Amino acid sequence: MNLISFSEAPKVKRDRNRIQKIGFAGLRLITVVTILPILGIVAYIVAKGIPALSWEFLSAMPRDGMRAGGILPAIVGTLYLMIGTAAVSIPLGMAAGIYLAEYAPDNWWTRLIRIAIISLAGVPSVVYGLFGLGLFVLFFQFGISILSAALTLSIMTLPVIISTTEEALRSVPYKFRVVGVSLGGTQWQTIRKVILPQALPGIMTGIILGLERAVGETAPILFTGATFFLPHLPSSPLDATMALPYHIYVISTQIPGMPITIQYGTVLVLLAIVLVMDIIASVIRSRARAKRQW
Amino acid sequence: MKKTEKLITNTIRIAGSSSILFVMLIFIFLLKEGLPALQDISFSTLFSKRWYPIEDMYGILPLISGSLIVTIFSMVIALPLGIGTAIYIGEIAPHNVKEILKPMVEVLAGIPSVVLGFIGVLVLSPLVRTTLNLPTGLTALTGSILLALISIPTIVSIAEDALYAVPGSYREAAYAVGATQWQVIWYIVLPAARSGILNAVMLGVGRSLGETMAVMMVTGNAPTLFSRLEAFVSPVRTMTATIASEMGEVASGSAHYHVLFFIGIILFLFSLVVNITSSSLSMRPKRGKDQVVS
Amino acid sequence: MSGVKISIRDLHLRYKDGKHPLRVINLDILTNKINVAFGPSGGGKSSLIRVLNRLIDLSDVEELSGEVLLDGKNILDADVDVIELRRRVGVVFSRPIPLPMTIAENISFGMEVAGEKDKKKIARQVEHALRQAVLWDEIYDRLDDPAYSLSGGQQQRLCLARVLALEPEVVLLDEPTSALDPVSTTKIEEFLEKAKEEYTFFLAPHNQQQAARVSDFAAFFLQGEMVEYGVGEELFFNPKKKETADYIQGRYG
Repeated sequence: MNLISFSEAPKVKRDRNRIQKIGFAGLRLITVVTILPILGIVAYIVAKGIPALSWEFLSAMPRDGMRAGGILPAIVGTLYLMIGTAAVSIPLGMAAGIYLAEYAPDNWWTRLIRIAIISLAGVPSVVYGLFGLGLFVLFFQFGISILSAALTLSIMTLPVIISTTEEALRSVPYKFRVVGVSLGGTQWQTIRKVILPQALPGIMTGIILGLERAVGETAPILFTGATFFLPHLPSSPLDATMALPYHIYVISTQIPGMPITIQYGTVLVLLAIVLVMDIIASVIRSRARAKRQW
Repeated sequence: MKKTEKLITNTIRIAGSSSILFVMLIFIFLLKEGLPALQDISFSTLFSKRWYPIEDMYGILPLISGSLIVTIFSMVIALPLGIGTAIYIGEIAPHNVKEILKPMVEVLAGIPSVVLGFIGVLVLSPLVRTTLNLPTGLTALTGSILLALISIPTIVSIAEDALYAVPGSYREAAYAVGATQWQVIWYIVLPAARSGILNAVMLGVGRSLGETMAVMMVTGNAPTLFSRLEAFVSPVRTMTATIASEMGEVASGSAHYHVLFFIGIILFLFSLVVNITSSSLSMRPKRGKDQVVS
Repeated sequence: MSGVKISIRDLHLRYKDGKHPLRVINLDILTNKINVAFGPSGGGKSSLIRVLNRLIDLSDVEELSGEVLLDGKNILDADVDVIELRRRVGVVFSRPIPLPMTIAENISFGMEVAGEKDKKKIARQVEHALRQAVLWDEIYDRLDDPAYSLSGGQQQRLCLARVLALEPEVVLLDEPTSALDPVSTTKIEEFLEKAKEEYTFFLAPHNQQQAARVSDFAAFFLQGEMVEYGVGEELFFNPKKKETADYIQGRYG
């Protein structure tokens, strides 16, 4: 910025303010352009999908090659996948997060672990699908099944849970650990009774967001567990299953004569599940902030 | 009691290193099923210009070019929008507006890509077709727009963190010498947040490159090499879409099967590069034991 | 003549980052007395306290040598049960650090991690500890309130009660009243005087007035070395070494 003479000052000031006005207006415009599609998409899906929603839609089996009836097996399948993913990724992810936050020494192996986590986080979802196919479906011979798909989704969800667990634990002040230990507690006792409970809201938020992503992903389950047509609900983890994301993909691109309302209805169901999880995570986060004791 | 504690601690330690195991497993299985492609097909054929598996043509260049076009153009859209929104939310928006905008961006982050693909097929693609008077709306352009929507939340969130991390003292110093808010943002804050914003760009690129479903549904799936500008508004096919759409139909162990895994290796390596680079850009100071009592 | 509870011989402490808080410390901590270590900051008093209950294990130590004999047994030995040690030698820090739990849970924490399951016994012990710390009357009706809701002085007495609930033999206090108002400070000093029949105290006061007020035995620490040692007020009125005299007269601080 150049030096200006005193008499020029008012003009420069006007120019600067004008630039600011233009700049701010531009940024406001950009933000609107970014936000508007979000609102538009959600509103559009809600508007076109609600007509399809009925108790029958949610609880009945499909008929006529998916063109009528309900989407119960897809909903149930998605639920099973979510439970399966949670069962593996939550304990494993939390344990790894606890390790990184509380036990890991500052050496090259720990650095390698972190690099591995970052790498896992960045692997494209379709590559996870390939991996799941190679390892679970073929090598372990679990076949195309809920088991294979859930295990694949678990590894995909792992990085999120590990990272949020670690960060939640680190956000609890160090001094509590010192106090816990000075009162005769072991490291694990202090973590279990003092640190972990305080970190739990943050951990839960991360778990919900991780599962939310797992529930919405199609590529990892494409060749590991998803199927389009299932005459009955899956009865064992070794069964293949229908699932909402895959179902949406097929009915919107590959089935001629698919009623539009059913398509939008199915999409709305998936969107609703995701939004509800968002809201739950948000509520947990804000209530934890209010109740903090330090 | 001491024995249980030992068991728990050991479990935690093992879990801590599990991420390394999984990365290696992914790598190993991709290599196991993908490297044979180099035996099945000569190297020059692999990198030739035609992808036509029915006639044993496995040139992957059109696929790579497809991925590159949609990714690059999606960044052309997403970066200004994402960073602009991040600046607005982080630096300019009043508090109550911010509290509304941030959740909205998070909602977009949670929307499954198959849902966006769905909207792309039913709404965006006809729109593109009629507006630009094209034979089909399933084009690279349509894919880029969707990819932009998908990457924007990542970019906004990381860029916002980067802006937030700029110390308040920098801003105060600039205000103290009479700068306007715009000048502070443009000349002080943005340059200071440079590496964080670069990080956001890299992660946005990574996200776009790895996306499967949305592009599969709207880019038309015609593997053509990008040669003229018009290719932009014609169908293309990405690496991810190729794997997803063809994997279901290949015979396990065939040349086609191996090549698809080979493409997976390329995607995996690329994502590794992006993510490891991005993580070294965002070195965060670790909470230390120096913040102790007394 | 009082017995020696803790005997420190040739104690030497150096951190990995080069800091050298303790050089050749020789000191006796006498049973059932208020032993005081005072001096300008950086003198090594806090570090010594952290050695005495092996909290020093949490830091990056380069070298820790010498002997610290608690009732004759060296607590620096590798085979020492550190958990047990910390129950025998408790510590109160310079800032009150209530655990993020209720008042009752704070006090009973030590007992629970020790494996005590008898709820009635725990409740009795909680009351006993709170009475000793002169806190019971103020909070007996809200034991299930979060400890965070107490005032600063109350929180520090809570931290004291927390330690007492374990029935320690030695209580270390590192500038325990530095964050407190005068009334709370007096309460704690009175506690020390009354309770020394039951416990052995080792105190690092944050100013020398407190040191003069409460000490039975006082040691002057300067830059990692113990310069001088004396009985109670004698050290303050009749220091033998020049460094001590200079500090007491305020030539440096």
